[in-house]
Amino acid sequence: MKILTKKNIYTLVLVLLIYFLVLLLSNVGIIDSYIQLNMVIVGINIILAVSLNLITGFTGQFSLGHAAFMAIGAYASGIMTAKLGQPFIVGVAVAALSASLAGLLIGIPTLRLRGDYLAIATLGFGEIIKIIGLNNDYVGGAIGLNDIPRYTNWTWLYFSVIATIFIISNFVKSYHGRACISIREDEIAAEAMGVNTTYYKILAFVIGAFFAGIAGALYANYFYFIKPDTFGFMKSIDILVIVVFGGMGSITGSIVGAVILSVISSFLQGFPELRMVIYAVILFLIMVYRPQGVMGDKEFKLFNKEGGLSGNVSSK
Amino acid sequence: MKKVVSVFLVLIMVASLVVGCSSDSGQGSGDADTIKVGLNYELSGNVASYGTDLSDGIEMAIEEINKNGGVLGKQIEVIKMDNTSDSAEAANISERLITRENVVTILGPATSGNTKGALPPAEQHGVPLVSASATADDVTVDSNGKVRDYVFKTCFSDSYQGVTMANFAYNDLGLKNAAILVENTSDYSIGIQNSFIEEFTKLGGKIVAEEAYQSKETDFRAVLTNIRAANPEVLLVPGYYEEVGLIIKQARELGIDVPILGGDGYDSPEILDLAGADALNDVYYSNHYSPMDTSEEVVAFRNAFKEKFGREPGAFHAMGYDLGYFFADAVERAGEASPEKIRDAMAETVDFKGITGTLSIDENHNPVKAVTILELVNGEPKFLKKLEP
Repeated sequence: MKILTKKNIYTLVLVLLIYFLVLLLSNVGIIDSYIQLNMVIVGINIILAVSLNLITGFTGQFSLGHAAFMAIGAYASGIMTAKLGQPFIVGVAVAALSASLAGLLIGIPTLRLRGDYLAIATLGFGEIIKIIGLNNDYVGGAIGLNDIPRYTNWTWLYFSVIATIFIISNFVKSYHGRACISIREDEIAAEAMGVNTTYYKILAFVIGAFFAGIAGALYANYFYFIKPDTFGFMKSIDILVIVVFGGMGSITGSIVGAVILSVISSFLQGFPELRMVIYAVILFLIMVYRPQGVMGDKEFKLFNKEGGLSGNVSSK
Repeated sequence: MKKVVSVFLVLIMVASLVVGCSSDSGQGSGDADTIKVGLNYELSGNVASYGTDLSDGIEMAIEEINKNGGVLGKQIEVIKMDNTSDSAEAANISERLITRENVVTILGPATSGNTKGALPPAEQHGVPLVSASATADDVTVDSNGKVRDYVFKTCFSDSYQGVTMANFAYNDLGLKNAAILVENTSDYSIGIQNSFIEEFTKLGGKIVAEEAYQSKETDFRAVLTNIRAANPEVLLVPGYYEEVGLIIKQARELGIDVPILGGDGYDSPEILDLAGADALNDVYYSNHYSPMDTSEEVVAFRNAFKEKFGREPGAFHAMGYDLGYFFADAVERAGEASPEKIRDAMAETVDFKGITGTLSIDENHNPVKAVTILELVNGEPKFLKKLEP
């Protein structure tokens, strides 16, 4: 297994190139604060969608509680940075760890359930987290947590997104990832082949929750203000829409989905009364004509194995 | 084939993003004949009714102002956008209104939470943001007690309503033992509760029971039974009409016939449908304005509103209407339509006359404004008294 293949080097160069290009454009003012804010929204949505895709798209566990992990991350980082005055790195670390711990605790009992039952259990989990937030005076209850310092910048955002994509796409291709995919394809067959299904389901859940926690931290430390309602049931649905829209089981699909839906949404800002109507119609039409999502379960690859430009859509 | 289509689709989307952005910034130069004001309101999502009412009121005011020649010889151009009742989206809309549409002031959003989301870009770019209905105390003052330079509100704070009702219960009604039923999922409800408790106990009253409910609940008999057991002389229910209507109905059924107090969340004709006329006696609430007010301006507003929309205006319409005039008044006094001058003019507002009362802006960017207390008699709101600050 060679790490320094042409393909990997090209990818690394491209990643760094984009990073410095955006940094440069921001400094000279071509990327203004409006575009920056939208890039933050897109970046956070990419992290949420890719991490939910691991749970729902690859492992096949229908979760409606992803926003709850984001809430845990947002509040953990909010408490660390605003209340205890810790640096952002501590906030992000605590956010990711507490969210994944919650994923573990909730995963052990609920992931023995399947299909609809799991969906309802995760839905309940989301409500529990929201209600805890509402009744906790330390974090402001329904009033919310205000004046969280803004630490999220392009560097934090970009490398969090890259780390999420890198780790999850490599996980999916690994021995463990294939075990997860086998659960999605046929849980009984996977179990018969000796795959410890509960273990892998929980593993996927914990990893997904870990990144959702990071997304929550980025959110809290960019928008200054969080309240429990922000991370309600509808937020979970929004994330799920991105995953289904992009294609279940396609990481590039989730990225494309997050970008397209954010772009559509910001275009429609100019049509205030019809905004959500048009948005819904667009979603509806795309799902009717492309029920498998924009990318299906395919991945978009920029480089082929030898490192040449391919630009093709290929099967996993 | 499908692969090609999907790749093509993505390319179009990305291309349109680039084109869209460049055309937007092209308009940014702005034409100097109009004064642009941004509306950042909840036109969809769970508090859409407040946002829609407020923006209808503002647009009606601006229309009238433009018909009468505008301000400083210029017409006011309204740029209205929907923040979908989400605080991050409210920030996004603020950012867009300021950097792309070059507005001189942002009006909105309706709720305190979304206003807290919307205000950072306004502070950052130095553009005034005024909300007519964000009642939380920490909207205009940050958690370190520092006043936010560019944020104003034209409605009294939750705490002010709580203090008013505590005084009303203790001094006017002469009652000493209060029970509270609070909506613990609402910052508005908790804000009123906290200041009520503080003021009422300071006056010498006693809180005999504290119970809670959540929004969208429909059966309150269990908590009401607990309250009945505590034998209060007065019951404070600082909530919104959807639940309050049912609470009052069920409280009266259970034989709790003590006076019930509340805030501006009671202001809706629907409370009558929910509770029924028989239950709605001995109910008192504080509000921004009384539709029964017979002053010339209020009657003129009501008639103009009915002509335009074909129904009676609510408190949110009136507050939006006042906000429109408040903005125009500030521009007029500023002498030029620049965000800094408008900010200074707003901060110096003294005795601005609106239909919801006369207001001055204090050093914390909150209004000093009269509060109206209304009494429900067989479901009809009757003007009881107006408390000057």
